[in-house]
Amino acid sequence: MSTDRQQALFGYALRLGDTSLVLGHRLSEWCGHAPELEEDIALTNVALDLVGHARLLLSYAGEIEGKGRDEDRLAYRRDVFDYRNHLLAEQPNRDFGHTIVRQFLHDSWAVELYGRLAASADPTLAGIAAKAVKEVRYHVRHSADWLIRLGDGTDVSRARVADALERLWSYTGEMFERDAAEDTLVAAGIAPDPAELRTAWNTRVAAVLEEATLDRPTDGWMQKGGRRGEHSEHLGYLLAEMQFLPRAYPDAVW
Amino acid sequence: MAPPNTDRKDWPLFEIFIRPKNGLSHKHVGSLHAADARMALDNARDVYTRRGEGVSIWAVPAASIAASDPSEKASLFEPADDKIYRHPTFYDIPAAVKNI
Repeated sequence: MSTDRQQALFGYALRLGDTSLVLGHRLSEWCGHAPELEEDIALTNVALDLVGHARLLLSYAGEIEGKGRDEDRLAYRRDVFDYRNHLLAEQPNRDFGHTIVRQFLHDSWAVELYGRLAASADPTLAGIAAKAVKEVRYHVRHSADWLIRLGDGTDVSRARVADALERLWSYTGEMFERDAAEDTLVAAGIAPDPAELRTAWNTRVAAVLEEATLDRPTDGWMQKGGRRGEHSEHLGYLLAEMQFLPRAYPDAVW
Repeated sequence: MAPPNTDRKDWPLFEIFIRPKNGLSHKHVGSLHAADARMALDNARDVYTRRGEGVSIWAVPAASIAASDPSEKASLFEPADDKIYRHPTFYDIPAAVKNI
């Protein structure tokens, strides 16, 4: 494999892995706090699925990089500016409606991505995606169902999800960005075309928002930077909590 | 402090039945709360099938189940206790017949 291709693939796996890890950690913060016991278990199930995807993707990233970094090393020994996750994933939970909106916007992207990535020319990515897509199909069913219930629900639930949509909309553009490295992966049939993902995402989001009787915010200026390591202040706090134990007790084992 | 929200009602209770594999019948595994049947199925999936327990889920509103009265236990079930002739234990089963 050429060094350029290798570098591009490493970056690609890292971005996907980091996004899953950070979002999975965010959802895990609901453990013991969700509005209903059943929903508590549902949210933490999704969190575990996402951390599972992150493990596979970060392990693969470390393997491609070839510098002996494993999943734990990548997850626990990098600081904010080395993380490559979408800014959407690191946004705080706020209320349940806000969490559901964040999750739905992400899930709608992830289900389109992994569905296509399962046919990737890279057999490892294809394998990871084939496993992930089954879980992500359930995630999007869960978050879409809730968005419809809350949007088409009471005045309070409706106001909260409408507010979250406005608040989070500017973070959705980053999911469809592309750079030169990714262009080579798209051309090689390794990564799906972000433009195609955007079309499919728009269709899905529009259908669910309509059923939820919510207005789609207008596309305006979009936040960017997460994919290059420029993050909001929230990620530092998240990593401080997530990385505390391995930082304080290096090489601790179960 | 805000006054308590008196509108809040608990979600209805559903009884959950899971078929562990094809060919077996659905078995009662427990109950949960959900706003409607679809949510009951989703919640059952998350609460009761995390470890590969099933291939099919039934969710039944607990209010729809007609149950026998425990205080009538004696009249309903005890008469059967001394009628052992109702058990098919008096037949000789040919050795060639299996699976009885």
